[in-house]
Amino acid sequence: MFKRLKQSIIKSATTFGNILPILIGVLLLVSFVIIVTPSNFFLNIFTNNPFVDPFLGAISGSILIGNPILSYILGGEFIERGISEVAVISFMISWVTVGIAQLPMESLVLGKKFAIIRNAVSFLLSIIISILIYLTLGLF
Amino acid sequence: MIVDKLKKIANKWIFLYGVVLLYIIIFIFSFSIFSRSLRCFLNFIIKLFPALFLVFLIMVLINLFIDKKTILKFLGKEAGAKGWIIAIFAGILSTGPIYMWYPVISDLKNRGMKNSLMACFLYSRAVKIFLMPMMIYYFGIKFTFVFTIYLILFSIINGVLVDRLLHLF
Repeated sequence: MFKRLKQSIIKSATTFGNILPILIGVLLLVSFVIIVTPSNFFLNIFTNNPFVDPFLGAISGSILIGNPILSYILGGEFIERGISEVAVISFMISWVTVGIAQLPMESLVLGKKFAIIRNAVSFLLSIIISILIYLTLGLF
Repeated sequence: MIVDKLKKIANKWIFLYGVVLLYIIIFIFSFSIFSRSLRCFLNFIIKLFPALFLVFLIMVLINLFIDKKTILKFLGKEAGAKGWIIAIFAGILSTGPIYMWYPVISDLKNRGMKNSLMACFLYSRAVKIFLMPMMIYYFGIKFTFVFTIYLILFSIINGVLVDRLLHLF
């Protein structure tokens, strides 16, 4: 049992060691993006167009990463300032399902083809789901 | 084989070198942005450390108790509805940033986890049970309920689509 535990720890540490440079790189990049992005940046990019806004929301959410709680806070702020609900929903979904900043890491660990296809599908789905959620909420 | 391994090692460092270069440029042009970015990075590290430790612990436990046979049975090519349910629940219950789970998924992939279930797991991570009170506070119960149901349903659709497209390209 002790031998197996030792092997497990070594194996896990090796996997971890392999992703550490990418993890540090992602965190450094995200920190920089957070600092240089003005807090009112997102308020200026939305158009209130029901077809364009979900797309813009998905792009914004894809670029940014972080704790989902941040997307809720930003989403709540967006709605209060008059940004369409559908844009906010696609923003919140893509925030947690798509990751441009961590794409190099996902490609390296899970394979380039898988990472690109998964992120592309998730991006498109965030737009589709946001429209569906918006329509469903309108029914009740 | 050795060349491939060397390429892989080089790839993992190239990204970090690129970002470090970016920081050197920022340092030269704006020390304020540089120091604030670095402080933000250190905050990230401090906040993420417990979660990273948890992920490491989970990886050790997976390596210790879950063998290839078990993975193939529940999350492999023969996995049925049970595999989808496990992937969804594992995704919902997993905590921390998405990139912290890549090594775990990679490990499971090497043990035979299906691509569709990998994508499903990563997608269902969008559902955060422990953050629901926060979402209810901002958007209401109705919104939270509809949002959650759609995300769960679409995590399956996402898995199926990713799998189909991987076979196509």
